[in-house]
Amino acid sequence: MSHHHHRNRNTGNGLIALGVAALAGAAAFAFYQTQGRNRVAHRPPDSAPGRLGRNGRDPYAVVGRSVLINAPRSDLYAFWRDFSNLPSFMENVRDVAVSGDVTSWSIPAPMGPVRVETRIVNDKQNEQIAWRSTEASDIETHGKVTFRDAAPGRGTEVEAVIAYVPPYGEVGRWIAKAFQKEPAIQGRRDLKRLKMLFETGEIATNHNRKK
Amino acid sequence: MRALTWQGKHDVRVETVPDPEIVNPRDAIIKVTSTAICGSDLHLYDGVIPGLISGDVLGHEFMGEVVETGPASTLKKGQRVVVPFTISCGKCFFCERQQYSACDNSNPADKQDLSEPLYGHAMGGLFGYSHLTGGYPGGQAEYVRVPYSDVGPLVIPDGLEDDKVLFLSDILPTGWMAAENADIEEGDVVAVWGCGPVGLFAVQSALAMGAGRVIAIDEYPTRLNLARDLGADVIDFKQTPVLETLMAMSGGIGPDAVIDAVGMEAHGFAPDTIFDNIKQHVGIGADSAHALREAIMAVRKGGRISIPGVYGGFLDKFPLGALMEKGVQVRTGQTHVQRYTKDLLHKIGEGEIDTTFLISHRLPLEDAARGYENFRYKQNEWTKVVLKPGTGAAS
Repeated sequence: MSHHHHRNRNTGNGLIALGVAALAGAAAFAFYQTQGRNRVAHRPPDSAPGRLGRNGRDPYAVVGRSVLINAPRSDLYAFWRDFSNLPSFMENVRDVAVSGDVTSWSIPAPMGPVRVETRIVNDKQNEQIAWRSTEASDIETHGKVTFRDAAPGRGTEVEAVIAYVPPYGEVGRWIAKAFQKEPAIQGRRDLKRLKMLFETGEIATNHNRKK
Repeated sequence: MRALTWQGKHDVRVETVPDPEIVNPRDAIIKVTSTAICGSDLHLYDGVIPGLISGDVLGHEFMGEVVETGPASTLKKGQRVVVPFTISCGKCFFCERQQYSACDNSNPADKQDLSEPLYGHAMGGLFGYSHLTGGYPGGQAEYVRVPYSDVGPLVIPDGLEDDKVLFLSDILPTGWMAAENADIEEGDVVAVWGCGPVGLFAVQSALAMGAGRVIAIDEYPTRLNLARDLGADVIDFKQTPVLETLMAMSGGIGPDAVIDAVGMEAHGFAPDTIFDNIKQHVGIGADSAHALREAIMAVRKGGRISIPGVYGGFLDKFPLGALMEKGVQVRTGQTHVQRYTKDLLHKIGEGEIDTTFLISHRLPLEDAARGYENFRYKQNEWTKVVLKPGTGAAS
């Protein structure tokens, strides 16, 4: 009886081993098919915005977002170009001070407030505003916002791209994300609030009372 | 004010919460006179929709009197209005195309982060329906802050009492759009899964749009009778195999159009339902979709599938082969309420549409928790519950 039992168990183990081997073989074959066949040695750049490329190995974190805003390109450019307007839709910008072409931003961050100082490096009316941080800035960053006509009747495509060196590196970036103070999150929400402001005249909130 | 709050699965309570006030220029404050419990509120009650926070005020079918207006509102104090459950700005890409439930601006920017990874795009705002759709306090309350009050609310003429027009807020336009999405042609055979309020209004709408035969599917005799009274043939899925019967009732080719008015909590004893329900109990985000699977199998080749039933997450064992090979059309979506309210109000005024047959119970707001429990567990008798704030005492 026990001998019988033992033999059955052996047969069972053998079957399991065979199954595992078959699965491993199938996986290896699938991997070979994806890797070995239709291989592309060189990939020329595609039509995607540069910020979305998978090319890593860069001290800069690059974040960005596009929104479609049902408003004229010139109105959006003019509104953005007057930096004192920005805190009206940028939730995490406490204060903006402009002197000449240097702008000073006060931004609360998880490890205490940071002061970012930027200088405009490219300003094309109704098309693009680009900036770069100065030596005095707490954070090294550069970025741009571009305004393009969307398909007729759809308004303007606004795209913001921000590259920055995260304080405390990747770890700092994860902490900032946890506090929802990371530029990708802020930028995404800020552009949506800009859209609300231009299209509806107000910024949507679920709060039932004024704060 | 008093309001019905969600506290957890199968736990809703009427509590005192702060009164709303005007926050944005286009807001209005509505004093609620009638507010209904929707079948989709039961998905919240059952805890199968993610994104609720304890204390959230529920309710998205409501009407009442304008008591306060923001500087950019077009409403006037004292007007009676029905408020669409979809919050729509009226100005974005989608609202301009009358796809109001897809509004890009009504869901607050931080709340959009919840649905964007789940669905690929952020949802529009809805009243009282989880933070996925904005976390807006809902209408099962004495007062509601209504954003974009110049776009949504429908002014009701005197002489039309609440019970006749309340369902313009959701289920009547939802049933209508369900039928419209089925592209009904004169003489079509149309099958409708679910004889809840939306299913019944879909039956009514399909017949009004010229369907030759509407077949309604449910298990509760009261609900099947309501469908029969509207002019439908009925199938009790507890007595009869649905697929074979639909084939027999459509000359062997299958219904021209099918409407799933059941959604994510399909029940009944079927193997796929058992697996779906286990997943739903283990983790949030799984749908139970027996009705939809059956509808896809039933529809004739080249037919139309309309899905007004609410789904929230993911599904497997999905008959994708049938969907593709049969060359069908699928149309879905939360209702673009504002697109339909004026026409439907006119039909109600002319007596072409009656919605009062649906209401089985009227309760004071204070009794809302009892309303939820019975609407959930006595589906045969409790077909629709309307709450009346400011009437009666707690019982």
